[in-house]
Amino acid sequence: MSIKDFLKKISSSPGVSGHEEQVARIIAQEFTRYTHEVNMDSLGNVLAFRKGQRTEEKEPIKILVSAHMDEIGLMVSKIEKGGFLRISPLGGIDPRSLLNQEVVVHGQQDLPGVIGAKSPHILDPEEIEKGIKMEKLFIDVGFSEEEVKKRVSVGDPVTINREFMELSGEHVAGKAMDDRAGVALVLKFLQELQYLNHQADVYAVATVQEEVGVRGAIVSAYNIIPHLGIAVDVTHGDMPGVAEYKTSEIEKGTVITTGPNIHPQIYNKLVEIAREYNIPYQEDITPGPTGTDARAFQISREGIATGLVSVPLRYMHTSVELISLKDIHASALLLARFTASLNNDFLEELISCY
Amino acid sequence: MLMIDIIKKLTEAYGPSGREEGIRDTIKKMIESYADEIIVDTLGNLIVRKKGPGKKIMLAAHMDEVGLIVTFIDENGFLRFSNVGGVSPHLLLGERVIFQNGAVGTIGCEKLESMKDLKFSKLYLDIGVSKEEEAREKVNIGDVAVYYRNCETLGSRILGKSLDDRIGCSVLVQTLMELNEPANDVYFVFTVQEEVGVRGARTAAYRLKPHYGLAVDVTRTGDTPESETMAVSLGKGPAIKIKDTLIISHPAVKKIMKEAAEKEGIPYQLEVLERGGTDSGAIHLSREGVPSGVMSIPCRYIHTPSEMADLEDIKNGVKLLKGILNQPLS
Amino acid sequence: MLLKELSEASGVSGGESEVRRLIKEAVEPYVDELKTDMLGNLIAFKSGSKKAPRLMLSAHMDEVGLIVAGFEESGLIRFSKVGGIDDRVLVSKTVLIGEKKIPGVIGAKAIHLQKPEERKKSLKVEELYIDIGAKSKEEAKKEVKLGDYVSYNTRYQEIGVNYAKGKAFDNRVGCALLIEALKKEYTFPLYGVFTVQEEVGMRGAAVAAYRIRPDLALVIEGTTAADVIELKEESYVTTLGKGPALTFMDTSVICDKKIIETLVELAEKENIPIQFRRFTGANTDAGKISLSREGVRSVVISVPCRYIHNPVNILSLEDVKNTLKLIELFLDKLPEGGKKQAYAND
Repeated sequence: MSIKDFLKKISSSPGVSGHEEQVARIIAQEFTRYTHEVNMDSLGNVLAFRKGQRTEEKEPIKILVSAHMDEIGLMVSKIEKGGFLRISPLGGIDPRSLLNQEVVVHGQQDLPGVIGAKSPHILDPEEIEKGIKMEKLFIDVGFSEEEVKKRVSVGDPVTINREFMELSGEHVAGKAMDDRAGVALVLKFLQELQYLNHQADVYAVATVQEEVGVRGAIVSAYNIIPHLGIAVDVTHGDMPGVAEYKTSEIEKGTVITTGPNIHPQIYNKLVEIAREYNIPYQEDITPGPTGTDARAFQISREGIATGLVSVPLRYMHTSVELISLKDIHASALLLARFTASLNNDFLEELISCY
Repeated sequence: MLMIDIIKKLTEAYGPSGREEGIRDTIKKMIESYADEIIVDTLGNLIVRKKGPGKKIMLAAHMDEVGLIVTFIDENGFLRFSNVGGVSPHLLLGERVIFQNGAVGTIGCEKLESMKDLKFSKLYLDIGVSKEEEAREKVNIGDVAVYYRNCETLGSRILGKSLDDRIGCSVLVQTLMELNEPANDVYFVFTVQEEVGVRGARTAAYRLKPHYGLAVDVTRTGDTPESETMAVSLGKGPAIKIKDTLIISHPAVKKIMKEAAEKEGIPYQLEVLERGGTDSGAIHLSREGVPSGVMSIPCRYIHTPSEMADLEDIKNGVKLLKGILNQPLS
Repeated sequence: MLLKELSEASGVSGGESEVRRLIKEAVEPYVDELKTDMLGNLIAFKSGSKKAPRLMLSAHMDEVGLIVAGFEESGLIRFSKVGGIDDRVLVSKTVLIGEKKIPGVIGAKAIHLQKPEERKKSLKVEELYIDIGAKSKEEAKKEVKLGDYVSYNTRYQEIGVNYAKGKAFDNRVGCALLIEALKKEYTFPLYGVFTVQEEVGMRGAAVAAYRIRPDLALVIEGTTAADVIELKEESYVTTLGKGPALTFMDTSVICDKKIIETLVELAEKENIPIQFRRFTGANTDAGKISLSREGVRSVVISVPCRYIHNPVNILSLEDVKNTLKLIELFLDKLPEGGKKQAYAND
């Protein structure tokens, strides 16, 4: 499947944190084509294993490359009189981006719904000035209370109903690009690996529950015990009104992060490889633990050497997240070349550099 | 022992986070004769095993309660303090508290321009002495006080301190007493330091490596005047947690719980809690991950001296828990 | 004691190399094994003659500081904070950037150029920049890289009566004490751990404790002393000159009561002044260590330091001496307490 088609498919699939089964199945199926074994763990992480081509007898280097497959979303918190549904956020979602969105309530069956909004005629002028709060929002599914209760229960997940959009050039937009774009990137990375020799054993992982506290990453890293853990995620793209040094430019290539959460040698190596193979890249810093799976990897068990590779994205945590496929391709190529470069000398360097 | 007597005894016992020795001994005595194995671990968790052939299930109810820790004693014998766990300074004015050794005191406040200025730094504890030396005979820096309240029954409702989570402890105790030859290998864990960051459950889960985790704790309700929008009420049965700040319950565990409730004809509610977490938050992320959930007992006024729960919910909680443990699990 | 050298070395969280090198050299002759792990923790091991108890004695090497986050066309450098820093202290300070220690100053718009209402507001990190005297982005990038760590440029100096001023006393004073403790011989296995990244979430301690599996842990820290004018005594947290501070509880840990009691007894017997930290906020490595694996009994012993996390701190050298005495007494006592007293269940 082409990366665009795959991204289209997974970005349109529902998979809010803790409810990733549906998108996980699609991902597992596609990862199977490029790996030797695919498993799901007790929290629902998809763990795909691709064996390295080894010449030496030594214990192989293990690299874990992850992207989270969960998306932010909503959950039914209460069924009110009249059949209106109250909602609770799953992950960091801006209630102001929800007003009058079309949604899908994933109840006994999927129900289309609308997040209600007063018409401007009956609004107080002050209300317009204030951002709306989550507890004031409700979903209207067009059923009476009695009928709703037959179909929906408290705790049912809700996603925004948004079709994948192809914009000009290689730009695409939609919901859940954070971090399905990363998942697509990992697929592309696996595809690229087919054409390269790599000694390292590769674990490609689509993690669950990143948006509620990198939970899938915590248990999957513990389980796999890799030497290296590379998180693949999205990062803020350039936009008016935000200082240039705080964002990365869309279509300017993959973003390599450094900072305390990142092993200095992994960062150096990624930059070196990007230069060597003329892969467009940009750099970014995070001054503490990053808001990605890398946060969990670094402190798993006795410590894992961590890296972070990202795709610039605008309008994060909304249903119109925008990215460029070019950046996905550049990032995947970088990761594949990086993985192919891994050997035991590098592993030793990761400790001896201190 | 009647359920209500267990509840009374456990809620009135002393045991803030980090100082659980007293409550632990009380529970230990109650359950000793029903247990196959008892361990107290490094942090002080009480781990009680009831053997069975099936899966290893870790049940967790936390023994600790919120409290106040003494940080300073002034020359006139007034004590300054900080909170242990989530205590709001607004609840404390005029409140009566008790230390482990039985010393009692009340809480006063400096003169304030406005109630908005009310912070812990403005409050002090008066233990009825007039000199620092006299105070030190009763209390030292680092000692922890808890609410001083009796447990009352108001019809089917129970009113008292530390229902969070001595109710959970009571449910575990009662279940253990009634459980004969469970279908699963059950570890009843009475955890420490939940109120300061689900700490005891973390190390206990690491030790036990359970197949399933289930916390039994209290949860908020949405059934009081102009309360938050929450679909949980007192008296409508124990709640099966869907999510809170620390966990999204595992689908398999939710299913087990629902099926057990339906099989036994026990009323239950579904709970989405926006703020708050329980021991399951730590258990489910232990090692390679543990499918976990929470059975919640609805409770009003959590972390105040007067928490309220419904005895029927608690009894149904015991029934539901027994139903779960008696089910052979895959 | 190496306090001066350690304090003047740069070691912002994630960039602890210089500090680690200093410590490595200092402890090498005294330990049986010395290694670093994936995160850069430095783990010194003294095997002792007995198998137990396994003690983890730890101090974090890192300090709060800044990191280079971007370049302006003008050659001015944008930065972010690493760890908890009050934005207001940064303006008009001097800094050292990266391993080459490129000097720079933190600038802001001169007060003359600010509007009256601007002058009343505190300056935020976004309004500040580091000036290394580069005339353009390209010139700046020749000397400084994105992601370079930036540390305060502060000289260590003894001042007043037995006080010292310097930077990063939180926690180079702990490192200096740990080095001293490693110089003596003990019968039990001792892991002296110099951790990384405490200031950004106690990350080094988490993985070190997992590796070591200690029976008990003692964390040496520099902690806040707020014994200054305009504060009442109950808010001092700790007081300079009154000896090492013991912690009952902070945001991350409730310290083991029995070990605290042992420390108090020892101090009383040997006439070492001690105080209790009168504050329950802030995190320490003990938080992560105590929750490692099946749990580890942990305590924190701190040297009071004024103005921590700021460019210049002040501590009492008398406190440093007394802290070392207390630590050494505890280590000498530990084998006696054995498994029963120090870390057994009741």
